[in-house]
Amino acid sequence: MISDTIAAISTAVGEGGIAVIRVSGPEAVSEVSRLFRSGTPLSEAATHTVHYGFIVDPDTKEKLEEVLVTLMLAPRSFTTEDIVEISAHGGVVSVRRIMELLLKQRIRLAEPGEFTKRAFLNGRIDLSQAEGVIDLIRSKSDRAFSVAFKQVEGDLSRRIDQLRQTLIETLAHIEVNIDYPEHDVESLTSLFIQEKCGAVLEEVERLLKTSNQGKILREGITTAIVGRPNVGKSSLLNALSGQNRAIVTDIPGTTRDVIEEFITINNIPLKLLDTAGIRETLDVVEQIGVERSRTALNEADLILLVLNNGEQLDDEERRLMEQIQGRQSIVIMNKMDLPQKLEIEKVREFYKDELIVPMTVKEGEGVDRLEAAISSLFFEGKLESADLTYVSNVRHIALLHQAKRSLNDAVEAAQMMVPIDMIQIDVRLAWEQLGEIVGDTAQDSLIDQIFSQFCLGK
Amino acid sequence: MTYTGGEFDVIVVGAGHAGVESALAAARMGCKTLMVTINLDMVAFMPCNPSIGGPAKGHVVREIDALGGEMGRNIDKTFIQMRMLNTGKGPAVHALRAQADKFSYQQTMKETMEKEPNLTMRQGMVEELIVEDGKCVGVLTKTGTRYMAKSIVLTTGTYLRGKIIMGELMYESGPNNQQPSVRLSEHLRELGFNLVRFKTGTPPRVHKDTIDFSKTEIQPGDDKPKFFSYETKGSSNEQLPCWLTYTSPETHQIINDNLHRAPMFSGLIEGTGPRYCPSIEDKVVRFSDKSKHQIFLEPEGKNTAEYYVQGLSTSLPEDVQLRMLRTIAGMEKVEIMRNGYAIEYDAMVPTQLWPTLETKLLPGLFTAGQINGTSGYEEAAGQGIMAGINAARKAQGREPVVLDRSQGYIGVLIDDLVTKGTNEPYRLLTSRAEYRLLLRHDNADLRLTPIGHEIGLISEERYTVFLDKKAKVEAEIERLRKAKVHPDQVNPMLQRLESAVISNGSDLLTILRRPEVTYSDIENIIPTDIQLDEEMKEQVEIQVKYAGYIEKQQAHVERLKKMERKKLPEDLVYDEVRGLAMEAKQKLSSIRPLSIGQASRISGVTPADISILLVYLEQFNRVAAARG
Repeated sequence: MISDTIAAISTAVGEGGIAVIRVSGPEAVSEVSRLFRSGTPLSEAATHTVHYGFIVDPDTKEKLEEVLVTLMLAPRSFTTEDIVEISAHGGVVSVRRIMELLLKQRIRLAEPGEFTKRAFLNGRIDLSQAEGVIDLIRSKSDRAFSVAFKQVEGDLSRRIDQLRQTLIETLAHIEVNIDYPEHDVESLTSLFIQEKCGAVLEEVERLLKTSNQGKILREGITTAIVGRPNVGKSSLLNALSGQNRAIVTDIPGTTRDVIEEFITINNIPLKLLDTAGIRETLDVVEQIGVERSRTALNEADLILLVLNNGEQLDDEERRLMEQIQGRQSIVIMNKMDLPQKLEIEKVREFYKDELIVPMTVKEGEGVDRLEAAISSLFFEGKLESADLTYVSNVRHIALLHQAKRSLNDAVEAAQMMVPIDMIQIDVRLAWEQLGEIVGDTAQDSLIDQIFSQFCLGK
Repeated sequence: MTYTGGEFDVIVVGAGHAGVESALAAARMGCKTLMVTINLDMVAFMPCNPSIGGPAKGHVVREIDALGGEMGRNIDKTFIQMRMLNTGKGPAVHALRAQADKFSYQQTMKETMEKEPNLTMRQGMVEELIVEDGKCVGVLTKTGTRYMAKSIVLTTGTYLRGKIIMGELMYESGPNNQQPSVRLSEHLRELGFNLVRFKTGTPPRVHKDTIDFSKTEIQPGDDKPKFFSYETKGSSNEQLPCWLTYTSPETHQIINDNLHRAPMFSGLIEGTGPRYCPSIEDKVVRFSDKSKHQIFLEPEGKNTAEYYVQGLSTSLPEDVQLRMLRTIAGMEKVEIMRNGYAIEYDAMVPTQLWPTLETKLLPGLFTAGQINGTSGYEEAAGQGIMAGINAARKAQGREPVVLDRSQGYIGVLIDDLVTKGTNEPYRLLTSRAEYRLLLRHDNADLRLTPIGHEIGLISEERYTVFLDKKAKVEAEIERLRKAKVHPDQVNPMLQRLESAVISNGSDLLTILRRPEVTYSDIENIIPTDIQLDEEMKEQVEIQVKYAGYIEKQQAHVERLKKMERKKLPEDLVYDEVRGLAMEAKQKLSSIRPLSIGQASRISGVTPADISILLVYLEQFNRVAAARG
């Protein structure tokens, strides 16, 4: 029996239809259970049954997806191991999100052809098919290999290489301290390790953030339109999305709390949040509207704050400006046709001039200015998504998460004054995990590093 | 004219550190054993530094001892300084290092060998192997003597076509001006073996009375020395200090001015030297920003004035050696007794060996030590004992013994050699081991003594002591686990150690896991009948304190073992395995790994190739099963 648990997207990647993620191995049931909320817990479910429920991020408790989960327990499955199959709504985005979550558990990404390989090794496929299995592994590996390399070309692989260089220099330093204890190299303090690993950790976290930016480019910049009732949010939405576009409405009983709408401004995709909430305006109970805005605010990559040019700022608006200070935000001075009562100086304390856009939304006046402001924010690198180094490959994200964990362990151990040769275990692990991203885990390079960095010998 | 000089189970050619362990292991396992060497005065000779041990190397000595070898016992009898290194670091890298009295080290080892009942020692130069039906069945000496055996172990060190180089001077020689072995090297090529040319070197030896030690720093041994052998319980050896000094800018100037006379740079040396043991001229050139280099002055023995100048390995000409020595603090008036030199020699490409150290080309022939491309006494001895064990097992018709990478540094060393090969003289480093935390100095007996006992190298008496230690350590850990304590039983102790006090009940095991708490702090909190000696207490403490890290590595090892258990047939024809990449086919065909695990460590063999091999293997086994 092969002992680890693997997962892969088993359907062709693309939009539409449904997508199936297959998880196979001894931990399949227990690990998927950590993400799956349903009537009957999976661990108590009978084999060959289908369950309706939700994929929930165990850390943030966020409901990600409505899914059907099929359970096939060993040995009556394709691989003869426990298999859990998750059927999700199609679309790359949702399936990838689920994969990312799975790979944060004790599950690794399946190698090319691995389900079939397991099926064969466990006696599920007969001998006559062995060559087919071999061809499958070969062709899939070759393809995966070339794709993998395309993905790490350029900037990402350069950055990973830099991080690995820092780690390997640190490792070489640790190793020299261990293998040449009497040598006159500076002895390594845990503070030094903390600094080096801390710096790499920060960068790994930054790269992981860009995995969200990768998402931004695919899914759109999550944008919230906020402002007090009647300030013109609804009109702004219509102006941006165009009148002809059908708006998804909040049908009671659907799973989503926040309604999303996609628009494109100068090729920049924006995902507008809580458009339903905006549309409801006066009809809804104030309380719900406030709560909705809060949710939208927290999730947004870009905040469009709409103010009324014809009225003075109220307390809520001042509070809001303070609250979103430091976030990517544009203020819209709406209703320029009214005499100005808005205290523009107050607004300038929070916003630079180019981020203050005068508009008369109702007349369609100033939409071009807003588009220009958004696209300049995007292309001048003020929105982080303008940084085109981003991690999008599920495997890379999983490896970065692992490296982050290892580096965290190393930093913590260093803080607790654990001996350096044990901290080394986690540093080395991080170095190997990052190496897997760029396809380089050669052990010998550490030895090379030691002897090129230090002058040793008798 | 040739004649038959005798029939043996095992013949060992060479009497260096590999040769003595091989010969002793084979003889002690009940094999009628012959050891042939060029010069019987050179048994266990230390041609370079007068020390044994240090990180990784010291671990190997412990492992040799745990298996029932001699190196540990011998150095414990003959050390003139003992020092535990890395004590400020984790227990896995604590490493014992001894300065040896070179002369008594040799003499003591020779005595031990002479007393070994199954062992015949004979001076002679082996020039050829006797091959019958594709198997190695004996050796032929220069004097025409044929010795026959079931297995033969070659441990020729740096003697194969050895050549000493010093400045413009170059002559054929073994180490320390011994006779080189020229014909055997040619003969190995004729038999089809692939040899490479390696180089190593040694520093000058100087006269003690010409050193001004007041200008150097003293480096004493430990007050309470520890020992390499689990059998050694004490020693009355007097310890001698070493001395630390540094090169000066003048030293570097002299070297730079004479680089044109350095064989390393003039092109006279063709062999590949080790990066970890560069000559001083190499260091000065490669690390030109360093203004000084450490020099340790080490006594070569109690009854000699010769001092080894560690850090100054060189092949510069004699006059330059003297001039540069005299620019080192404390050495202004120094006199050289022996020159430093570089030595070139032939070595086997080690991927021609099975993990048993038997050659693939010639069944019955084993090689061990520097001939396999390593350097270092300990590396040689570690291979020596394994080659001796496997040569004996083969002669006795038994299964070979192979240590894997999780069982010992010896396993790491041999696996690296036979799986990856080496393009420079190979030195063990702790960083070569994936499971450093499992391969500790302290637990070599737990790892290997059961094996030593099973193969007959560990006596019943010693095994009983070992089992007792193991049982007591386990019992004590269990006791600590069950020892529930109230806050008032431990809080005073915790307060004293500035450790956070507890408010609920706990157990002693949990408390011992705290970094600031040691075993001695908790051993008497609840009285016990279990009597532990210092070694056992140390074992309890390490096993408890580092359990988290140890378990992490153990989990990795389990995965490794699974792959190691999947055996590949020796005669598998890789060219016929569909789907393997071309590079993998070539590498696998030449190395012929014995397991999937070993195959996965060959550079150029990808995970996809391993998957394909697994499928092929399953296919192969099913066909075999169907045939019955």
